Amino acid sequence: MRVVIAEDQFLLRDGLIRMLGALGFEVPAAVDSGAGLLTAIDEHRPDAAIVDVRLPPTFTDEGLRAALEARRRVPGLPVLVLSQYVEPIYARELLADGSGGVGYLLKDRVFDGAQFAEALRRVAAGGTAMDPEVISRLLARNAGDGEVSGLSPREREVLELMAGGRSNAAIAQRMVITERAVAKHTSSIFTKLGLQPSDDDNRRVLAVLAYLGR
Amino acid sequence: MTGKTAATGSSAGLRRRGSWVGTGWVDSVRGLAFLGLALAGVGLRVALILELGLAVFAYPLLLVPPTLLAVRRLAGRTRRLSGEWCGVPIPVPYRAYARPVSGGVWRRFGRASGQLATDPATWRDLLWMTVDPVTSGVLGVFPAGALAWGVFGVLMPAYWSPIVRAGGNNWYAFIHVNSTANAWLCVPLGIAFIALGLWLAPLMLRLYGRLAHSMLAPTRQAALERQVTRLSESRAEAVDTGAAEIRRIERDLHDGAQARLVAMGMTLSAAEQVIDDNPDAARALVVEARDASARALTELRDLVRGIHPPVLADRGIAEAVRALAMDSPLRIRVTSELAGRPPAPVESAAYFAVNELVANVAKHAGAHQVWIDLRYERGMLRIDVGDDGRGGADPAQGTGLRGIERRLSAFDGILALSSPPGGPTLATMELPCELSSPRTSSF
Repeated sequence: MRVVIAEDQFLLRDGLIRMLGALGFEVPAAVDSGAGLLTAIDEHRPDAAIVDVRLPPTFTDEGLRAALEARRRVPGLPVLVLSQYVEPIYARELLADGSGGVGYLLKDRVFDGAQFAEALRRVAAGGTAMDPEVISRLLARNAGDGEVSGLSPREREVLELMAGGRSNAAIAQRMVITERAVAKHTSSIFTKLGLQPSDDDNRRVLAVLAYLGR
Repeated sequence: MTGKTAATGSSAGLRRRGSWVGTGWVDSVRGLAFLGLALAGVGLRVALILELGLAVFAYPLLLVPPTLLAVRRLAGRTRRLSGEWCGVPIPVPYRAYARPVSGGVWRRFGRASGQLATDPATWRDLLWMTVDPVTSGVLGVFPAGALAWGVFGVLMPAYWSPIVRAGGNNWYAFIHVNSTANAWLCVPLGIAFIALGLWLAPLMLRLYGRLAHSMLAPTRQAALERQVTRLSESRAEAVDTGAAEIRRIERDLHDGAQARLVAMGMTLSAAEQVIDDNPDAARALVVEARDASARALTELRDLVRGIHPPVLADRGIAEAVRALAMDSPLRIRVTSELAGRPPAPVESAAYFAVNELVANVAKHAGAHQVWIDLRYERGMLRIDVGDDGRGGADPAQGTGLRGIERRLSAFDGILALSSPPGGPTLATMELPCELSSPRTSSF
């Protein structure tokens, strides 16, 4: 799998290249700016891009804007956004087009190479990978009301894991229940959130979007 | 006359004339009321002169400070009425006065009269009370006198004969009133006098207001002194707040991330020692160090969020408030009309003020709906935070609201709070600032 990296901090960029290489990914280009990312994507047509939120020249949300622009140019391009912090409002922007293939993780998650690679593969396959911190912040918010208030505690737990990007099998393993039980929970979630039965992957993204809120 | 008539052309004209006539009568009475205040001032001055004149008996002196304070109250009434009646509001010029409460009678007397005597506004009040009987005498009596004289003229046909028979004055202005026919001549002249009085009354009242303003308003120097006092207070508060923030950050770093990094170093060196003999134990120690580093990062992240939230830095106040709304358990609707970004310190102060207000709503208000509106008008960043909760918020009680006021005062900003018991609550902040044009991105 070929992955393009946009990261301005040399140490992290270097570390990512080495780690991805060790895990069997190919890195045709690693750039240090948003503009560079767009050029690299045009040139190499990668399977996924890893983008840092803060990039020069503004050092604000340049990377996020570049990632959104890249997905406008190449619809459905899998993008994994890394950041020193995670903000639900940015997660919502990334998911807004509803087409999946989006990840938003804290840079700390790079520490665990195997898990990071799993998240990257999931995103490249059109799934989602939301950082647990985004989810815990949303959970704290959604304690009282909101669109997901109609869900049972069990269903909320499933949705939380789904937002993290886990497959039904992984959720079953995590919750120590059968995969069939998970499937029952997910279809109940889809019904309660008013999502039409269509492409399952797409519905998962939409469910996460509903979860991310208004 | 009442202004409730339908708005046809003629009745509107009638109403306007009616209101003009009404204003004239009311204003002439007001002029006389000012004269009454001036006479009260004369009374106070006489009292003051007696108290000073009898200084040989010592004790009358004790009455001087209360008398001077009464002078202030009287001048204060004139200031207030000047705004309400003459359309010339007059600011209060006094320096802060602290009523002495401790010490013996003479000590308290010394401190009170010291404060009063050193305030130039006291002397200007006394000066004003010297000239006030003359100004209000002329400006107040003239319109009222013209009106009274006019009324007398209009009533002349009814009363001339008893007055003349009793041997009274039989001249009305230039008319010799010795027959009913001549008495009727007094009527148009009386009406003319009434018209003159009605025309003069508002003019005189306004003139009186201007004169009062020239002596009762703070001098330029006094106004500057007050501003300097206020500025040094808000600067001291800003410095205190800043220093307290830095202490908190230092403590958080010391107890949090720094301590974790130290522990991490120790864990790693322990791992280094056992790595040959006991690789399994070393692996466990390395995992522990990795977890410690993740916790240190989490703490640093929370700390940064407390100093300067990332979305605020990236996108500015409006988006940061939206992110805040997303994080809050409350239902918050955010609307914003900002064409650019205020300077970073203003944004930061405004953000933390909104944060505090929203936290207050969550804690105390029991609200279902919260709405936040951000706009820029008349050179001010204006933020409204409203909720449908139970109201009754009081800045005098909560330290949180005081803190917001302090934070905003460093930027000459203000917080206005309307929170009747039973709600709804509306907090409005205004911060004078300039907007910079929005950052243009290449994407």
